[in-house]
Amino acid sequence: MFRNQYDTDVTTWSPAGRLFQVEYAMEAVKQGSAAIGLRSKTHVVLGCVNKANSELSSHQKKIFKVDDHIGVAIAGLTADGRVLSRYMRNECINYSFTYESPLPVGRLVVQLADKAQVCTQRSWKRPYGVGLLVAGLDESGAHLYYNCPSGNYFEYQAFAIGSRSQAAKTYLERRFENFKDSSRDDLVKDALMAIRETLQGETFKSSICTVAVVGVGEPFHILDQNTVQQMIDAFDIVGEQEDPAAEPDAAAGQEAAAEPSAAADQGGSTDEGVAPMDI
Amino acid sequence: MTKQQANWSPYDNNGGSCVAIAGADYCVVAADTRMSTGYNILTRDYSKLCKLADKCVMASSGFQADVKALQKHLAARHLIYQHQHNKQMSCPAMAQLLSNTLYYKRFFPYYSFNVLGGLDNEGKGCVFTYDAVGSYEKVGYSSQGSGSTLIMPFLDNQLKSPSPLLLPAQDAVTPLVEAEAVDLVKTVFASASERDIYTGDKLEIVVINADGIHREYMDLRKD
Repeated sequence: MFRNQYDTDVTTWSPAGRLFQVEYAMEAVKQGSAAIGLRSKTHVVLGCVNKANSELSSHQKKIFKVDDHIGVAIAGLTADGRVLSRYMRNECINYSFTYESPLPVGRLVVQLADKAQVCTQRSWKRPYGVGLLVAGLDESGAHLYYNCPSGNYFEYQAFAIGSRSQAAKTYLERRFENFKDSSRDDLVKDALMAIRETLQGETFKSSICTVAVVGVGEPFHILDQNTVQQMIDAFDIVGEQEDPAAEPDAAAGQEAAAEPSAAADQGGSTDEGVAPMDI
Repeated sequence: MTKQQANWSPYDNNGGSCVAIAGADYCVVAADTRMSTGYNILTRDYSKLCKLADKCVMASSGFQADVKALQKHLAARHLIYQHQHNKQMSCPAMAQLLSNTLYYKRFFPYYSFNVLGGLDNEGKGCVFTYDAVGSYEKVGYSSQGSGSTLIMPFLDNQLKSPSPLLLPAQDAVTPLVEAEAVDLVKTVFASASERDIYTGDKLEIVVINADGIHREYMDLRKD
């Protein structure tokens, strides 16, 4: 994306019908450290990579509990994410107070999306620079949604956002058909494997990632570091054995994934291309 | 032409009594389960106790609709606290919150007479007693509700410590053991049920100690 005369205001359309400020906000999401989510019929798992500014500082909190049945993982401007989490928590508490029952995830996600849309249509505001993976359980089952700065939202079986998320997405694309009937532990293992893909060679320890689970009979909570380390140790050996068999698949998968993303990049640089928001 | 008076009141009194006693490492909170209006009984099986936090239980008598609204309000505030601080509210903190919440409606009060019991941050029992608009005090024991005029003098007789003005300073908590305190509560309600028409049916007792919260029931006179 290059600078042009239509990208200063969020309320200025480009001749090709694009709102560049919104697209730049989505770029901010792509720059944040990775977050992934995947779901089965009864559980949803969120995972994220902990990026610290320097060796001296602690890492930022990227997974927030919104209610017993809903949690959210963010990528992008974490401050915006914190503010939106506070909004989501308030909405859940108010709904619970009025209706004595948990807020359905789909409703919360729509409210969030509408809130984000407002910021794309006011000259004195800017879009939220954060993408949210909302994981929740309600009467209609387990859900995973992705909320965009543009105000769009989609439901997913599995998804990844943030930097190097394409590697995780490739892994998830290969395996997502099995997730529906996965057990809780297998789902967590798949989440850890997906996180590992985004690290691309860095040593994979529990201090570098955070994992959270919500499921039937299991309120949303973040797994503690020891449990996560145990799971990493458990499948690390198995992981190495799986790699040789998985490699030909991975190579084929990455080639297939590379083509559409190359086409998208070309589309983005010329004005006649498809606006990324439409995908 | 005499002045027209209001013939509808937003309030009603559902009767009942509440008691709380603080011990060195426990706290007993109890209330009867009768809900009445006027001379009629609405139900014999209504809980006046509400767990606000891990180690904090509130007993409230008065207008139960206002009590229910107050409990829901405090529960929502507690959730917000947990999100922000990553821990449960302590009993003294909840006591202050309850006081502020009650005073917030100083000019249309919650018709709710409360007694808050639990463990403080050091694990010692604490009891706080309130009026309808939030005036509160930390005490060793207290009772509220229709039977409190009968119960309080008896508790004073059994539990009252020497004046706090005396030196050396005496502990407000009762020297009784947990089992003795529970027994005292049962005795007190049995007596109150004899003479207070609004107290009776069943007694709900909750004991908070280091192991958690334990609940038991005792039958009272049904007349």
